[in-house]
Amino acid sequence: MRKYVPKGNVQKQSYYTDRFHVVPTTPREEVSTDAVYAEQLEKLSAKVEVISSRIELNCMVVEVNHVDNFKALEVLKEECGYAMLSEMSAVDYLAKDGNFEVFYQMLNLKEAKRMRLVMRIEQGLAVESVVPLYNSANFAEREMFDMFGIVSNNHPFMKRILMPDDWEGNPLLKTYPLHGDEFASWYEVDKIFGKDAREAIGPENRDEAKIERYDSKRFSRVGYEVPFGAELNAENESKTEIEYSKTFLVDYNKGDTKQLKERK
Amino acid sequence: MQQPNKLSPFFENLNFERDDNTMVINFGPQHPSAHGQLRLVLELDGEQVVKAYPDIGYLHRGIEKMAENMTYNEFLPTTDRLDYIASTSNNYAYALSVETLLGIEVPRRAKVIRTMLLELNRLISHLFFIATHALDVGAMSVFLYAFREREFAMDLMEDYCGARLTHSAVRIGGVPLDIPSDWLANMEKFCANLEYELEHTYNALLQENRIWKMRLENVGVLSPEDALSWGCSGPMLRGSGIAYDIRKEEPYELYSELDFDIPVSDLNDSYGRYRLYMAEMTESIKIIRQLMPMYGETEPQLMAHAPQYISAPKEEIMTQNYALMQHFVLVTQGMRPPKGEVYVPTESPKGELGFYIKSEGEPYAYRLKCRAPSFFHTGLLQQMLVGVYIADVVTIIGTTNIVFGEVDR
Repeated sequence: MRKYVPKGNVQKQSYYTDRFHVVPTTPREEVSTDAVYAEQLEKLSAKVEVISSRIELNCMVVEVNHVDNFKALEVLKEECGYAMLSEMSAVDYLAKDGNFEVFYQMLNLKEAKRMRLVMRIEQGLAVESVVPLYNSANFAEREMFDMFGIVSNNHPFMKRILMPDDWEGNPLLKTYPLHGDEFASWYEVDKIFGKDAREAIGPENRDEAKIERYDSKRFSRVGYEVPFGAELNAENESKTEIEYSKTFLVDYNKGDTKQLKERK
Repeated sequence: MQQPNKLSPFFENLNFERDDNTMVINFGPQHPSAHGQLRLVLELDGEQVVKAYPDIGYLHRGIEKMAENMTYNEFLPTTDRLDYIASTSNNYAYALSVETLLGIEVPRRAKVIRTMLLELNRLISHLFFIATHALDVGAMSVFLYAFREREFAMDLMEDYCGARLTHSAVRIGGVPLDIPSDWLANMEKFCANLEYELEHTYNALLQENRIWKMRLENVGVLSPEDALSWGCSGPMLRGSGIAYDIRKEEPYELYSELDFDIPVSDLNDSYGRYRLYMAEMTESIKIIRQLMPMYGETEPQLMAHAPQYISAPKEEIMTQNYALMQHFVLVTQGMRPPKGEVYVPTESPKGELGFYIKSEGEPYAYRLKCRAPSFFHTGLLQQMLVGVYIADVVTIIGTTNIVFGEVDR
């Protein structure tokens, strides 16, 4: 039977894991161990519901409900001194529990403290845009929309930013293959030459290891030399089939191999 | 909606009033002053910009996606391609994030070398900034002089790691190589030369230059509130009077032991930022000079000792069986950091460069987000360019010092 390959996450997976391997966790502390963070968390939890909180690797991580994102950031900006939103984006957990994790990476310049506000959001739901609070969210939210398809409500210009406007699919989703999907392979052909040219041109090559054997300008012939730019129909040359090593491949079409006889 | 065709320009969602006197122009993506692949759609009223819309993505290579499909060590050379003007600072920012995630301490000699390389890269990047900024504004000769010094700096990088542009000079857990025997002497020569040139060439050419001041003063004014709100960092932030340098405030590497100043300008304009870049170069030379004697006092170990994550030194791999097995596992399968997430900011020449890494305990990062300073500085352009004249657009793009490798990623 063919091995089951999960389709929710088509990114590269580890091919071997030691069965006794125990995954350690990064050191985590209670927020109460740091006076500055504890005070900020108190101010935050007075206004919005805090689901969980911890200090992980010099950074406070606070989880709130996604509906509270604007209110929470408002408290953090006005009362806790987080004057800068240095980054925001999302993490795709759709294959695991059907959620995205949206994070806001904040910086308090006065106390040189950083914290991350995280929230879980189901696919298809939108977050409230925080552009009125932080202008840096303008580009960041557009990038999140582009890469994950998470819409920010009331954003001044909710449009793709890195990918072309007429692109289909969200590249950073775990379901999106690294080398692009069907749409990606036809995108440039359709755009430049039109759909009618599909048959003449063929899909874009997205395999970086592809070799065109009879292109003497970019590749050399296997086994013998030809001049640069030599055409295929020169003397003593004809197109041959690719021959793989016979050691590993069994030719089932032959019909009289030892293995087939044994099976019969 | 208007359908795109070859005859009429197509600007989605942009409503331009065609009945008044505004004109829409495309600035880039092939404009020589567009710093690579920036396309600016500018709406002009006469020569004044009414609306600016930076269109990015022309250099998008999906580096964050690639990070999810590569082991941690495999991904390191890819970070060279972010801010390709100062590759080592990207390598370092990434390596530091992974090291923080792993919780490993880097040997002191590696720290000295890394800090020196970081400052050398800052010099390379700042020289590049001065050169291209002056070229954009119209001072051609500065470009020639600054690129000459930059070549010397890149020679030093070449002597160290063999590459001039994509260095990969830092590894997770330390540095791959010790510095060559005459490297420090060459570095001192370079520093002395650059110090002289800064004083006698660049300052003499630019600082009190009437045209230079006319083109830069009160151009690209950025208030401190806007700088914070738009997520500016590095010289853009300090050029608006906010003294925040990650090397000082959240020190990493050896910066807590070094004596250096953070230049701040409250002019809020392009000229103030230019002065900052010049002052920062002097500070970098000061830092490198302090690091040179520190090198001699260190033990020769270059890579951290953490057999679970980092391969042993070559001699051990070649002589000891267990080290060889460990190396084999780490090369074929990759290291497996603990489960958790980390965001580590570093002060790259352009500003705050940080990597957010989410690890699920697998050899592949579950999510990697590169916080690139230029990305946010590009976003700022849509506010900064409104109301300025078309001649100043080039100055403002130059002063933000954006590099499209890290804007588009």
